[in-house]
Amino acid sequence: MSALTLRARQRLQLAGLLGPVTVFLGIFFLTPLVIMLIYSFLAPGLYGGVVWEFYPHNFGRILGFADPAFEYFDPVYFQIFLNSLRIALTTVVITLLVCYPAAFQIARLPERWKTFCLFLITLPFFASLIVRLFIWVLILKQTGFINQTLMSLGLISEPLDLIYTEGAILLGLVYIFIPFMFLPVYASVEKIDWTLVRASQDLGANGIQTFWRVILPLTLPGILGGSILVFIPSLGNFVVPAVLGGAKVLMLGNLIEQQFLAARNWPFGAALAMLVMAAVLVLLFLYVRFESKSGDDAPLLN
Amino acid sequence: MRESIIRLEGATKRFPLPEGGTITALDAIDLDVARNEFLTLLGPSGCGKTTLLHVISGFVQLDQGKILIDGDDMGTTPPHKRPVNTVFQNYALFPHMSVGDNVGYSLDIAHVGKAERVKRVGEALDLVGLGGYAARMPRQLSGGQQQRVALARAIIARPKLLLLDEPLSALDRNLRQAMQIELKNLQAELGISFIFVTHDQEEALTMSNRVAVLNGGVIQQIDTPRNTYNYPANAFVASFVGASNLFDGEVRRDGDKIVITTPENDTVEAVLRDERSLNGGGKLTAMLRPEQFSLSGTGGADNCAEIDVTVDQIVFIGSTYELLGKTAGGRQINALLSASHQTRIGEIEQSGKARLSYDPAAVHLIPADDAGAAQ
Repeated sequence: MSALTLRARQRLQLAGLLGPVTVFLGIFFLTPLVIMLIYSFLAPGLYGGVVWEFYPHNFGRILGFADPAFEYFDPVYFQIFLNSLRIALTTVVITLLVCYPAAFQIARLPERWKTFCLFLITLPFFASLIVRLFIWVLILKQTGFINQTLMSLGLISEPLDLIYTEGAILLGLVYIFIPFMFLPVYASVEKIDWTLVRASQDLGANGIQTFWRVILPLTLPGILGGSILVFIPSLGNFVVPAVLGGAKVLMLGNLIEQQFLAARNWPFGAALAMLVMAAVLVLLFLYVRFESKSGDDAPLLN
Repeated sequence: MRESIIRLEGATKRFPLPEGGTITALDAIDLDVARNEFLTLLGPSGCGKTTLLHVISGFVQLDQGKILIDGDDMGTTPPHKRPVNTVFQNYALFPHMSVGDNVGYSLDIAHVGKAERVKRVGEALDLVGLGGYAARMPRQLSGGQQQRVALARAIIARPKLLLLDEPLSALDRNLRQAMQIELKNLQAELGISFIFVTHDQEEALTMSNRVAVLNGGVIQQIDTPRNTYNYPANAFVASFVGASNLFDGEVRRDGDKIVITTPENDTVEAVLRDERSLNGGGKLTAMLRPEQFSLSGTGGADNCAEIDVTVDQIVFIGSTYELLGKTAGGRQINALLSASHQTRIGEIEQSGKARLSYDPAAVHLIPADDAGAAQ
């Protein structure tokens, strides 16, 4: 068989392997995205839907260049965006603070305990997200577990405002996303070569110096990976603020949902969604840049 | 005057076993290493040499005994405060730092200024023959080069004592031999005391001023390479350092000689130099190195003793032939025969029998009680 037909066959194989997934992603992922992108530049229809004319004021409403003849700039949207950003970042920080020390503890356990702990971490995935969130409602609500307990102990005289607060949203997000942070962080912690830590101490570094100069840099890929995995879905999260935030705390996910389902302003909802995606893409880009830099085999030997 | 850099007195360390009880990794070790000395710790795996190294570098605390470095008691001093650096077995280079940052790590920790640091990193890399490699990453280097970086990193701060934990075990044979000589030269140049851990006896004999043979957490013998090889203190040292033929048995006097008769009725002649060797109750172990044998009738001293062996195998090694055989009593014999007797060796291969001669005066005698001490 000649080389050409071999290459042709390889190409055919490649097409056979990548073809179905490409078609699937193209139809069910890329196409809706393109539709959203186009809608975000169209005018809203009176009773929902879109009017086919170029209409940049959706973005103007959020970013502040709206023509008052069409739309008003309202800083509240940007405020919600910043608020969501803050909540997502706080979620990342809290999950990291919980998972990082835990990863070290679990990595040190004997093999079968490690496996058991990893099983425990992934256990929540076996139950529906909604069910788990409603259990938090039962725990946090005015007549819920915590308030009942505290009141029957006489520690408080009237129920605390636990649910429908930003704190409740944070709690829910942290609760949901801990596995997403833990697994990448654990993977990088478990990989640490402890002779490197010994080498650092041997060369005169104390525990704190060893942490900053050796342990942290070696686990940074896991930390960044986990942060991205937690940050992105937290930023656009819809279920947690809907269940635990009530009507008091609005996050981007809920705002977008309202535009589509309540306000019937599809283009504006699409514009909001596009901005969220742009923010996430910028972050991902920075992350990829960092990763390729640290893993760069630049000028190889020979 | 002999100046002590490190001194261990009665150093004892026990580790708990998972199934209960303890294992004694170090059993009342006394050790004294002088300034500018190259000491090798030699022993099989599990003999306690790595534990001993960790005791010196500070990663393991002693249960009993004392450790003094340059006169200072280091009992509870943590690793980062000890004037000791280590070259690790797997090099342990920081993968996220360049070669220069690796080498300069200890200086950076000690807040040495950047200009000074760059200068000294350059010098250290020049010293190990890697000048100009500072900007590379460790993964871009070969095993031998990584080894040199680890070495440069460990000596840059001029420790009082350098520990080397089987640093050459991962290198191929030629590179290892080259590095052995280089290490020896480097040590002479730097004037730092080296403690070198290995399980390779050839390495130990080549490089050291003194060799400490460890087994079962006990130092079996600590002496110069030549004395360790020629006059092993017990049967363990005799068999671990170099190949040896051992004959343990009852001693019978025969004029100015003695004859040792093994339980299998093989006899070996020897000359008793020190009456105290017989304190063990009339029993001794005679040791003959393979190269002490020659074929009978091929020259050698007049007053040679002889032993008959049946030949199992003759292996050609180049400059010599190695004869593997058995005595009449069934004891394994290993003899190195000069390749200049080719025709005789051909005859032996034909007949399967050989008569070997040796000089009784050169037979080394090991007191029986010491021989028993080596499990």
